[in-house]
Amino acid sequence: MNYIDYASKSAFQRTIFKTIQGFKNLPKNIGNGIIFLGKAILGFLLGIVFGIKNYFLRFIRGDFATKISFVIMGFGNIVRGQIIKGILLLAIEFSYILFMINFGWGYLQMFPTLGLIQQKSGLAECNILVNGDNSMHILLYSVMTILISIAVFFIYVASTKMAYKVETDVKEGRKPASFISEFRDLFDKRYHTTLLTYPIVMISVFLIIPLIFMILIAFTNFDSNHQPQAYLFQWVGTQNFHDILGGNPLKAYTFKKLTEWTFVWAIIATFSNYILGMILALMINKKGIKCKSLFRTMFVLTIAVPQFVTLLFMNQMLQDTGIVNTLLQSYGITHAPIQFLDKVNSILPKATVLIVNLWVGIPYTILITSGILMNIPEELYESARIDGASPFKTFTKITLPYMLFVTTPYLITQFVGNLNNFNVIYLLTNGGPATANYYQAGQTDLLVTWLFKLTTVDSNFKLAATIGIIVFIICAAFTLITFNMSKSARNEEEFS
Amino acid sequence: MIKSYKARRIISNTLIYIFLSVLCIIWVLPIADLIMTSFRATGGVAPVYLIPQDWTLNNYIELFTNNDTTFNYLHCFTNTLFVACCSCVLSTFSVLMVSYTFSRLRFKTRKFFINIGMILGMFPGFMTMIAIYYLLKAMNLDGRLVSLIICYSATAGLGYLISKGFFDTIPRALDEAATIDGATKNQIFWKIILPMSKPIVIYTILTSFIGPWCDFIFIGFIIGPNHPENFTIAYMLLQMVNSENINTQYLYFCAGSVLIAVPITLLFLKLQKFYVEGVTGGAVKG
Repeated sequence: MNYIDYASKSAFQRTIFKTIQGFKNLPKNIGNGIIFLGKAILGFLLGIVFGIKNYFLRFIRGDFATKISFVIMGFGNIVRGQIIKGILLLAIEFSYILFMINFGWGYLQMFPTLGLIQQKSGLAECNILVNGDNSMHILLYSVMTILISIAVFFIYVASTKMAYKVETDVKEGRKPASFISEFRDLFDKRYHTTLLTYPIVMISVFLIIPLIFMILIAFTNFDSNHQPQAYLFQWVGTQNFHDILGGNPLKAYTFKKLTEWTFVWAIIATFSNYILGMILALMINKKGIKCKSLFRTMFVLTIAVPQFVTLLFMNQMLQDTGIVNTLLQSYGITHAPIQFLDKVNSILPKATVLIVNLWVGIPYTILITSGILMNIPEELYESARIDGASPFKTFTKITLPYMLFVTTPYLITQFVGNLNNFNVIYLLTNGGPATANYYQAGQTDLLVTWLFKLTTVDSNFKLAATIGIIVFIICAAFTLITFNMSKSARNEEEFS
Repeated sequence: MIKSYKARRIISNTLIYIFLSVLCIIWVLPIADLIMTSFRATGGVAPVYLIPQDWTLNNYIELFTNNDTTFNYLHCFTNTLFVACCSCVLSTFSVLMVSYTFSRLRFKTRKFFINIGMILGMFPGFMTMIAIYYLLKAMNLDGRLVSLIICYSATAGLGYLISKGFFDTIPRALDEAATIDGATKNQIFWKIILPMSKPIVIYTILTSFIGPWCDFIFIGFIIGPNHPENFTIAYMLLQMVNSENINTQYLYFCAGSVLIAVPITLLFLKLQKFYVEGVTGGAVKG
């Protein structure tokens, strides 16, 4: 399609065209992504090859002191005057060896089996508790040991580089950098090391180790029947994924149903909030309406009050004996309480959650879109009015396409956010109404709240980890599509 | 013709006024009901009237003067304040440090770290909760407030996007001028970038301060119901409305909620501009 054709289309058709184009480009972009990934992997492998080559070259070219530093870290630095640095490196090596002997190696050895000796409580016979292996500790500490080993390995390679560098410095007649000057570099040339150390250490310990641990859990049978200390758990390969995708009818059915509902929820919640919120924002910002800021503040108030307060309170209001039902009954509108939140096998709880979500979400849309709406050129509306367009027509032909164009990335982030919308479901219905057709889940549960329930109520960690991985894959896919679409949008902007 | 146009406009505006007012009432009603309930003297969980029949301040007074070990509001308040202050300092520094590094410093592994950060952000947050719990237990920290501070601040560095976007808008020429004058990267960070980014610094401080007041998930795992001396406000309120306690604690729950909602609401109303900029900043740029 050339530019003339494109320009002659209406704004709405352009948006559709762009969306289709985005999906059409998907295979191409995925292909590019794979090529990019291949290149990255190739680069990575080449890097390793060169790293090994340089490592041996350093060893061959280095003199005696440098060669010794390949075994005793920091030796070369100490000999050539960088004493503090050398001692630090030596201390790292020494403490790593101590750590491995006393702690790491033992756990690492049991990593392939996750422990063999089960705890025996011979209470009846002799009152002795034979301590068995604790599979969970083995897994957790093995992951920790592996990560520490990787970190120490990088320090080791860097230390050989340092030893070689100080040797060449001395050979070529330069003075080896003093400790103070290197320390100063940490605040200038190597400032990124200083700034990133604390965040990276914290993220590694409290996010990466737990994450790797949980990903590995998905390949074991760690659940309430295999709780450590008393029982062992083992590797089971991809059994859990197999279960959830059809191997175990109950779990597979639950997973299928909840995934469907998660997507239905995310789509309806995102678009209803978006469109209704925008209409409200338009009304508030309409010419001739006074008290704009008063109206806006009234709506925004609901964002400001912490969600757990309002949603817990809503939950109380909508109970069978809550204020809504008592008022309805006392005015004689209904005779029996309406089960807003826990009517089994009915669409009512789902509808309630969606409507309450409107109450939560519309103010966000008003807040976000107000500014953008006021940026739409007034002439567009004026000329539409002169041509006799109805307000509805102006909305679908001018406002919506313009807004979709500007806020598509926001919309997709919102969609991914709704896929993982924990607060509304958990606080309002807690996933209920419960049903025996589902495995440990209720009819309004999303995948994330199911994950949470499996962890807290059922202690079914293997399944929770499996679902976590699947949720990750879904989110990653949508983020990739966002990236893809916004890229195509950007290209299009360049085009016109 | 003009007259009819004017008349039509008046009618449509009136309709919009009515519509907006009705919606405003619907939107404000739950909050108003919450506030009114907190001043109600009698009536249990759900009386048949909306406006309390007798007003009282007793719920608030009782909240502060009861000797209940589980629901000691003042104690929970100081706990939360302590946790919020500590984790606010730590997370603000992490966020600003990471965003400055990614925005201004260029080094070999920069792209790699940014990609890793993006991937880590896509895992559901509480997937790792159980592992964090056992990790803290291994460090002998479970059930203590320190572990909460660690939980809230440890991964804060990943939320660098908004402030990085802000730092990106500060002209690089300033950095270059300072470098020519002999400033180190450290001095540029403290003396040029930070003073110029006051709004984003305030935004970061306040969002990380509000976090611990609203969290009820992590604390349930890490402190748990067995350590009432280390409850935070949010968790205490959640405990108040579980099925065992709701009949006795409901009015206090409302009073307690109002008390913490007021400061957070005021902060948010002050900060909404930054919030909008933070969210749409990325969106408008595409």
